[in-house]
Order: sequence, then structure tokens, then C-alpha cells
Amino acid sequence: MNEMKLISKRFGKINPLSIDEYIKFDGYKNLKKALSMEKIEIIDEVQKSYLRGRGGAGFPTSIKMMGLAKESNKEKFIICNADEGEPGNFKDRYLMENDPHQIIEGMIIVAFATGGTKGIIYVRGEYQKSISLLKWSIDEARKFGYLGKNILGSKFSFDIEVRSGAGSYVCGEEFALIESLEGKPGRTRVKPPFPTQSGINNKPTLINNVETFSTIPTIIEIGGANFSKIGTPSSTGTKLISLSGNVKHKGVFEIPFGVSIRDVIYELGGGIENDRKIKLVQLGGACGPIIPEYMLDMIIDFDRFEEFESKTGAGAIIVIDERFDIFTILLKVVRFFQHESCGKCTPCREGHIQLGNLIEKFIERKAMMQDIVSLESLARVIHQASLCGLGQTSPTAIISSLRYFRDDYIDRIEHPKRG
Amino acid sequence: MKMVNLTINNVKVSVEENTTILKAAKKFNMNIPTLCYYEDLDIKSDCRVCVVEVEGKKGLVSSCSTPVVEGMVVNTNSPRVLNARKTIVELILSNHDTNCTTCVKNLRCELQTLARTLGIDENRFPSVFEKCEIDEGNPSIQRNPNLCIKCGRCVDVCNNVQGTSVLAILGRGHNVKVSAVFDEKLSDNFCTFCGQCASVCPVGAITEKDDTDIVWRALTDPKKHVIVQVAPAVRVSLGEEVGQKVGTIVTGKMVAAMKILGFDQVFDTDFAADLTIIEEGNELIQRVTNGGVLPMMTSCCPGWINYAETRYPDILDHISSCKSPQQMFGALAKSYYPKKTGIDPKDIFVVSVMPCTAKKYEAKREEMRVDENSPDVDAVLTTRELGKMIKQMGIDFENLDEKPFDSPFGITTGAAAIFGTTGGVMEAAIRTVYEVVNKKPLEGLDFKELRGLKGIKEAEINLGGKMVKVAVAHTLSMAKILCDQVRNGTSPYAFIEIMTCLGGCIGGGGQPYGTSNTVRQERINSTYSLDASMSLRKSHENPEVIALYKDYLKEPLGKLSHHLLHTHYHDRSSKV
Repeated sequence: MNEMKLISKRFGKINPLSIDEYIKFDGYKNLKKALSMEKIEIIDEVQKSYLRGRGGAGFPTSIKMMGLAKESNKEKFIICNADEGEPGNFKDRYLMENDPHQIIEGMIIVAFATGGTKGIIYVRGEYQKSISLLKWSIDEARKFGYLGKNILGSKFSFDIEVRSGAGSYVCGEEFALIESLEGKPGRTRVKPPFPTQSGINNKPTLINNVETFSTIPTIIEIGGANFSKIGTPSSTGTKLISLSGNVKHKGVFEIPFGVSIRDVIYELGGGIENDRKIKLVQLGGACGPIIPEYMLDMIIDFDRFEEFESKTGAGAIIVIDERFDIFTILLKVVRFFQHESCGKCTPCREGHIQLGNLIEKFIERKAMMQDIVSLESLARVIHQASLCGLGQTSPTAIISSLRYFRDDYIDRIEHPKRG
Repeated sequence: MKMVNLTINNVKVSVEENTTILKAAKKFNMNIPTLCYYEDLDIKSDCRVCVVEVEGKKGLVSSCSTPVVEGMVVNTNSPRVLNARKTIVELILSNHDTNCTTCVKNLRCELQTLARTLGIDENRFPSVFEKCEIDEGNPSIQRNPNLCIKCGRCVDVCNNVQGTSVLAILGRGHNVKVSAVFDEKLSDNFCTFCGQCASVCPVGAITEKDDTDIVWRALTDPKKHVIVQVAPAVRVSLGEEVGQKVGTIVTGKMVAAMKILGFDQVFDTDFAADLTIIEEGNELIQRVTNGGVLPMMTSCCPGWINYAETRYPDILDHISSCKSPQQMFGALAKSYYPKKTGIDPKDIFVVSVMPCTAKKYEAKREEMRVDENSPDVDAVLTTRELGKMIKQMGIDFENLDEKPFDSPFGITTGAAAIFGTTGGVMEAAIRTVYEVVNKKPLEGLDFKELRGLKGIKEAEINLGGKMVKVAVAHTLSMAKILCDQVRNGTSPYAFIEIMTCLGGCIGGGGQPYGTSNTVRQERINSTYSLDASMSLRKSHENPEVIALYKDYLKEPLGKLSHHLLHTHYHDRSSKV
């Protein structure tokens, strides 16, 4: 199988610093087309495309756009969430470093369709290259009349600013991101109200992922109906996959939804280094499920992934070969979330440290059957009762490991002295 | 109002739209346990104790923050909910100093009650609790982070009700902690010591600094002549501490209880409140007639004084130079009282019972000393601490025979009684100032526009043919609005009353736990009913006050008054 390059088509083909090269490669063509359309037509096209958010939760983009469009506030914010911090994910960085104007074009189109007045790209603080590239590109776009007052001679005005946080994973969560933009510590807020009703400075705010905005120009170009024919019925279009771990070719690949994980690993990734066996594959990132080798034929699809009580995540595939111990991996995952929890709600704040302590018992072969019960119960409480997406998804790895790698747990209990 | 139909625990109910699941369930007699939730404060949804199951939702939702929707099916007690709730409380306990028997909040701790209700008899999670330093660096409030459960109530009150932003949530994840900003001590951080944080803390993490031991020691010292004064707002709230209904007026039993505790004389701060009105009223008249600094602002509230000295040092000359009633009483107790009784002032130990934590700080101020070697008020107890002593003594409060206050500080007026509620000082002042200036009796003593829980209230009075505007603010965020006007020179008022706490002293930081707006209103109602029931309702008609001027002080704002009853303020804005 091959990649299907819709949003990564310019990767390596153009100089990302050059707006001229972007324009020559069909750039800003779709913005012109969008400006000639009725606003509602644009939202209609997005609705027909059945585009779902690419940041991890898979929420239909058109619903957010309609939500923002119907708000009557004079000021409306369009935020591009570029706080890519999920371990195993690096596709947003590829988009920013290889094709920054595509993101800007997507944001302008969304702003036009929804009445957005101000754009912000919130970039992970560590992504310094992305930040300078985006700033440069925004200046260029402004010089060419794509941003600023009366874009391309129309009545529509919109501008974008680049902002970044101080390095906190949870700031990728939409309300923590908004708090951070308001100059407060990155902690989530209680919903409702949702951001489209009351976001930054209590103004209506639409937040989408880098990849979601990058997909908008393609939808305008080929039309929503055509876009929806790509992929599967529940997951349309293409997805950027961040492939990492013990594979031969690591990197970002664009595939249509519906491709199997095995194909991604073996055909695009070239298989496992030294042809070792796979111990486990983690999907989506640190907050995603862990699956064994025999499940690799499952396809990449939002609905299929929900069976793991999880979301697709942002599209990471992390391959771990047989040399590695599952409990060491799980401990790393748990300690990561323990460190990154904002500390606002009890299950997430106090739960992760206890999850870690339980996993350590298995690493030290001191665990008992009761510990499996405690681990499972605690992981489920964190998953079900946490306030925001961080705590709701962080135990996915543990919950899935208890399902697919239960033998490993039992083995540690039955053989306390071995190893 | 649109009604929404839903099912809670198989019961079909109908509630107004925008009601939360928590309130809907409560309305139909099903109480969902909560921890971070506090009536009248912001919804935080942090603790997750109130989670419930909603049909069709995969996760559990917090009932405090989730509004009902048509057709919703809610289960507040399914096995999944009960397990989650229990796990959450176990997690909180795993990072908490669970040495309950030595905790100041033992048996009145919300976390303890919750653990008992949920039947937690064993914690599955090992303790990860690490001891940290206690902030005892001020006379008013003690902050023990070892007991903090990070519910955020105190931070909410400090930031959103008071607008003082002293407390904050610092750090993240497991290392989150509540502290004064920059992790400093409260005393280094513009804290006004209002104690509102302590009054909403569900556990023992923030409490008043306990002074009951000092008072017990004085009471049992045969050489000491221990006298006590009780603030106006205590008699309408102390009942709650000893098992009476909210708003019960317990003046007579309270005096009787204090006699049993061993106080030699039990006096009424209301007397000093009447005295304050004479001094402050005359100061106002003097400022108005002599072209002094206006608007004049009240000075009874020590939290407000702390606020002004640290945040509005440029408007200090607007504040009346009158000491607070507590300190006027203290000064007289160490000067006039010994003269009258022949007791050596060194042997007199003055205790006050206040609804307030900032009063503890006020009593320690250098300015509040007739004799520079000892304070005028030796110890300050909050309403809660008095309640504690009554219980320690084993007094059967309910069955006590009522006793009157002692003389010479025992006769008081209705004007003094209402000092304890927002608008009360203003109303009392108007009753006197009007009659002194206009030289005719005031018709209609009730100023309804100055009463109630509205944040800022205004009134107009006729003084010598001129209409004068006055204003009343309670909570420091409301005070800020009036202070900014004073600072900008745009204040339209001649006289401004400021009380730090919501509702005034009846909602003070030292009042019984569980103070909500409903409770405040009950205490306010009792205060005004006390006023209405009294034969004297104007401070200048108080015979003991008149006698005090005749025998000792001679005249309002006179030389002795200035020495004993007035003070000065300092710019403390840079002492941070």
C-alpha cells in the first residue's frame, strides 16, 4: 500500500518559508474560492465531508462551526491548538514545519464561515522552529493581503497571532489552553458552558487541531461529498499517523481511514528492526490503548477505537518489541500523567500516584491478586470520574493492558521470585 | 419559567430549567454527598464526590455542575457511583493527615462525616501524605496544609468574594497546594485576616488561631480580674454552636454561661458601639461643618482597616479616627474601669468575644495600648471558640436561666445592636447625627434601603437643610468599588460604611460554620428584631454613655477621648 497525500502533498516539495511556492502549489486558491461562497455553504461542505476533529476526540468539526456561527458576539476567537504534547505524536509539528500556510489558509476559511474575528495559534513552547516559521508565514500572508483588514478586497477582516505556553501537557485540553491564553495556570474549567458559547475572555471560541484546520482547504477544493468518500463511513478522509518505536522507518505518514495497523507498521514502517516480534502497540499516544500483536489487523477508524473505551487519539502508533517489559512501559505512562495532571480534580490528582505504586508492585513482583482488582477499579474511577480529557483517557493503557495482557499480570503474581 | 422533566432514582420529577442535578435531587429529598460544593460560592466541580450516573453517558457526571435536561435519567446511588465516590474519598484520605482525634475539626469535619457516611472503614490506598510546615505567622489565622484537601473553597472566597487574591492554588498534579501567593506566609501577603477562608474550609486546614488556652489560664489565675465583652453579632449566632436553631437570640443564656465559665464581669460591646456613634457622629459633623476630608469612612472593621492600609494608603485620612468598639471598650477597661472600681489595671485581663478573626490582629496592634507594656484587649475569642469553651465546661446551655450584662458597660441601645449587620453602623450613625444636627427627633428610625444583602446600598438624609448621600458596602470586592471612587475624587458620598464580610459581622470569619446567605439573612432578621424590641434605639440616649461623658470623658472628641478612643493608620503597602 501507499500513502494518500492530501494534506501532506506539499511536504518536501516546497520551501515552507516561501509563500510564493505555496501559492504556486495551489495555495490560497481555496481561500479565494471560499470567499466567493456563502458562509453557510462552507459549513455545509464541512458537514457533508463529515470531518471529525483530528486532535484526538473526533468531534464533528461542522457542529463546532455552526455553534460559533450562531453566536452573535462581535468578537469571536478561532484557536488552532498546536500544543502537541502527547508522547508519540509529532504530526502537527510536521504540518507546521512543512506547510504552515495550509494551516493559516484553513483558519481564515473557518473564520470567514463562522464570523471569527481573531485567530490564535497556541504552539507548544518547545516547538521553537514551528513558532518562528508560523510567525514568519503570518507576516508573509499579511503582506499578500490574506490576513488583516479587508482580506483580498472583501469586507472580511481577520488576523492571527502566535502564542505559546510554558510547557504543560494539559494546556492542550481546550479549557486549560484558554486559561493559559488568559494568563492563568493551565487548569481546566467546568463545562457547560462550552468554548463556542464562552471561551477566551468569555467570548465565543472555536478550537481545532492543526491537522483539522489543514484539512479545510482540501474540503473546499474537492467538495465535502467527495471528501466523505475517502476513508470509512464513520471516519472520512485521511489521517496523519505518527509512527514511532521499534519500527524500521519512523515518521509521519498520511493514510486514508480504514487501513489496518499492520499495514502501517509493515508496509509504511518497513516492519520491526531486526525482524523481532512485537510485544505491544500503543495507539493514539500515551493516553491510548495497548494492544497485542494478534490485533494488528484492526483498521484505523474512530468507531472501531471506541471499543477500547478510548478515542483514536491524535493518530500515533508506538511499536514496542519483545525485548521490553509491559509494566515498565505502563509505569512510564502513569508517571507521565502524574506529572502532567493539573491537580484540579481528585481522581486525576491523587489517582495517578496510586496507579503508579500498584504497577511498581508488579515490576517488583510483590503484587497479589487483590492488586489487579484495585488497579482495575482505580483505573476505571479515574477514567469515569475525572473532570477533563486528561484523566478520562490517561488510564486507557492500563485498562486495555488488563484486558489483553492479563496473563502478564497473573504471571507476576504466580512467579514472585522469578526474573 | 420552563419546567424540565426527568427521572432521579426512578422518581419522576419536574424542576425549573437550568437547575443542576444536585439541586433537583435535593428538592425531592435526595441529598447527593458533596465536598468542594458550598452554597452561594462558585461551582468548582473539583472533588468529584457528587458524581452520578446519567443514562446514555459513558462517564459519570458531577451533579453540582450538570444542568438537568428533558428526559434525563439519573441514578445517584448505583454500584458504579458508590464505588467511584468511595474511591475518591479514599484517595483524598490517602494524602491527608488522618490523625483525626487531635484535629481541631474533629467531629465537625466535612471529610470525616463523608467518610463515615460512605462507610469507609479501610483505605485500600497506602498513605502518600508528606508533612509540611504550618503557617502560624499571624495572630488571627492558622493554615495547616497537612489537612488541606485542595477543594478550592478558600481560594474562591479570597479571590471572588473578597477580591483580595491572597490565597492561590500553586503547583500542579500531585504537588498542587493551596497557599498564600508565591508560597509565602499570609502575613507577608496583604492578608486582611477576614477569616472567610476559615469559615468555608471543610476540614481543619484553615482555622482561627485558638486562644482558648490563654483565656482558661487567665480565668483560673486567682490574681486576675477577668472581664469579657461580647460583640453584637455573637448573640444571634452563638446558639448555632450549642445546638440551637439558626437565628436564635441567646443574649441572656450567653451571659449566664460566661458567668459559669468564670468571668468576673460580663460586659456588652454594644455599650462601646453606642460610644463609637457619639464619637464618630461628632467627627462626621465636624468634618462636614469645618470642611474636613470627605467622604468619611467607618473604622469599626479591622479587616477593612488592614485592607485600606495595604491597598489604599492614599485614602487613609478618609477613615474615621475612632477606634473600633472592641478597642474603645479595651481602653476604657484599662483606664476608666480601674479608676471606678479601684482594681489595679495590671490585674485586669480583658477578653473579647467577636464574630471575627481580624479582631485578634487588631488587639495586638501597637496603637491599641493605654499602657504601652500591655494590650488593652488581652485575648480575643471567636464565636466558635466561645462555643468550644461552653462545651468544654459541660454547660447545659439550653436550660440556663438568663442573666443580664453587668454595669457600667451593660446598658445598650438598638442602634448598637444593629452594628453587627451590614448597614447597621450607618443606620445607627444617622439616628444620632440627624438629631444632633437638626435638633429635632427623627421620625421613622428604620432605614430599609440600608438593610439586606445587596452589595452596595445608598441613602440620602437631610442634615441642616442639605441632602447628604451615604453609602454602605460589604465584602472587600464591593468596598473596592467605593474606594476607587474616593481615590479618584468621584465619590458622591459624605459618609461610607464598610464591612469586610458578606452581611457584615453576622457573616464574620469567626462565626459558626455553615454560614450561607440563608443563614446570614436569619441572623440579620434577629438583629433587627432585637433593635425593634429595645426601649432605647438611639446611641445618644444611652444613660451609661451619658454618665461616662459626665463623670470621665467630659465631651465627645475631647482631650481624653482623643487619648483613649481615637487612633491613627499607617501606610503598610510597601511592607510586603
